[in-house]
Amino acid sequence: MIRTIRGKNLLSLENVSREAIVEVLDTAESFVEVNRRSIKKVPALKGRVVASLFFEESTRTRLSFETAAKRLSADVLSLAVASSSVKKGESLRDTIATIDALGIDAVVMRHQSSGAALQVSRYVPHVHVINAGDGLHQHPTQGLLDAFTVRQVLAERNGTSGVESGSELFQGLRILIVGDIRHSRVARSDVAAYVTLGAEVRVAAPGTLLPVDIAHWPVTIVDDFEEALEWADVVGLLRLQRERGSGSFVPSLGEFTRTFGLTVERARRLRPSAVIMHPGPMNRGVEIDSRVADLPSAVIERQVANGVPIRMAVLYLTVAGSKEEVVL
Amino acid sequence: MSRNDERRTRPRDLAYLSGHELLSADDVGRALKRMAHEIVERNHSVGDISIIGLQTGGEPFARRLAELLGEISGVTVPFGLLDVSFYRDDLSRNPVPRSAATVIDHDLTDRTVVLVDDVLFTGRTIRACLNALSDWGRPRSVQLAVMVDRGHRELPIRPDYVGKNLPTSLDEAIVANLDGVWISKKEPS
Repeated sequence: MIRTIRGKNLLSLENVSREAIVEVLDTAESFVEVNRRSIKKVPALKGRVVASLFFEESTRTRLSFETAAKRLSADVLSLAVASSSVKKGESLRDTIATIDALGIDAVVMRHQSSGAALQVSRYVPHVHVINAGDGLHQHPTQGLLDAFTVRQVLAERNGTSGVESGSELFQGLRILIVGDIRHSRVARSDVAAYVTLGAEVRVAAPGTLLPVDIAHWPVTIVDDFEEALEWADVVGLLRLQRERGSGSFVPSLGEFTRTFGLTVERARRLRPSAVIMHPGPMNRGVEIDSRVADLPSAVIERQVANGVPIRMAVLYLTVAGSKEEVVL
Repeated sequence: MSRNDERRTRPRDLAYLSGHELLSADDVGRALKRMAHEIVERNHSVGDISIIGLQTGGEPFARRLAELLGEISGVTVPFGLLDVSFYRDDLSRNPVPRSAATVIDHDLTDRTVVLVDDVLFTGRTIRACLNALSDWGRPRSVQLAVMVDRGHRELPIRPDYVGKNLPTSLDEAIVANLDGVWISKKEPS
């Protein structure tokens, strides 16, 4: 169990302790304030270099990581994989070695293969590696920002602050995760974060979209989706990942929507206080009805907004407390 | 221990246990009153003053000074809190400090800012603080009020208002809050 991410890598949330997660959430709270200032920049990572390597396409994760690094005054090296030597067949190892030769302190990496971030952390042990999504494995900063968003929304309703509440608001909180669990690294990170913080997590999906090792997950599989909707305090939807072939795991998109989509009728079964979440990008009309996505109880835009402070907190904690810094 | 205490970077509670009292709560109260009068005396227009407390040790003193200035002058003095964790120059040498909230709700341009902290030591916190302040505008002047000046400056920084000058040695720890000021030998680490 990792008790703090200070000076470390962030590859997965599965081995991160409750106190380490709360530390990230509390630090992010300070950065929310920084992001509200007219000058949204602090010098914490001045002179540090953060490389952003996205081998797979991304809008919000990449933009929010790069924004976060810049607001901490770090220099950002951004590799556009589509126009790089990767296209000429350069291996991951050589690409990393090349970037490392330029002198970097951290790598933020997204890759289509599970375990790629771990592999890179072995190639460059002196660099802080932050996983921004690896295959079907993990997307730790998404898990953290989802937990942060839940805490923020519930703390506001209770008239307290996130920092004051610690992990209290998660005790016994009922969270339902719906959809393409099998292909979702977000689901894996979300489950790890929510369960570690003390929530009860249930999952609802067609049998074909449940991962084969679901029996080992700390979750309950829902038999009756409609009933589970009435049970949940938070509903986390997932994108149906057609690029990973999930289209062939369901008979048709229409049938998926009819059985597991959050339609207007199903949204009516939710408790009035239930929070609706989606990590984006949404397939409007597939896993979520367009009208449901625009309800006030849907906090999807807030999730995106929280991406920057959470990633600032992760970069600050991992990079600022450098692991092998030579003090001259 | 309350959550607020856990956030502190200095070993306050340890010092409490073995500490020797140098100032009582009454002494601290009197020193603050004197400092408030000095601030009024030196600044002709109290209406231009903003009191900014440094997280977390400066907060109680800053609150009290803002109250006292209000009582003396009849003007409500704007009050803010500043956390300098992200501005420190020793981030790579020391463990990353826990950050606390920064609350400054007004533009500091053309204001007279009085920074308030509990103990002035190396001056590095104040250096970080001056950098941070420039993000909230360009104050007309910045002044520094501390409850205890314990010496050992590493930067050319001096306080304008001092509760108590306490020459100390480096192996001593100072704790200052509204209940008093204590000194103790640091535990060998």
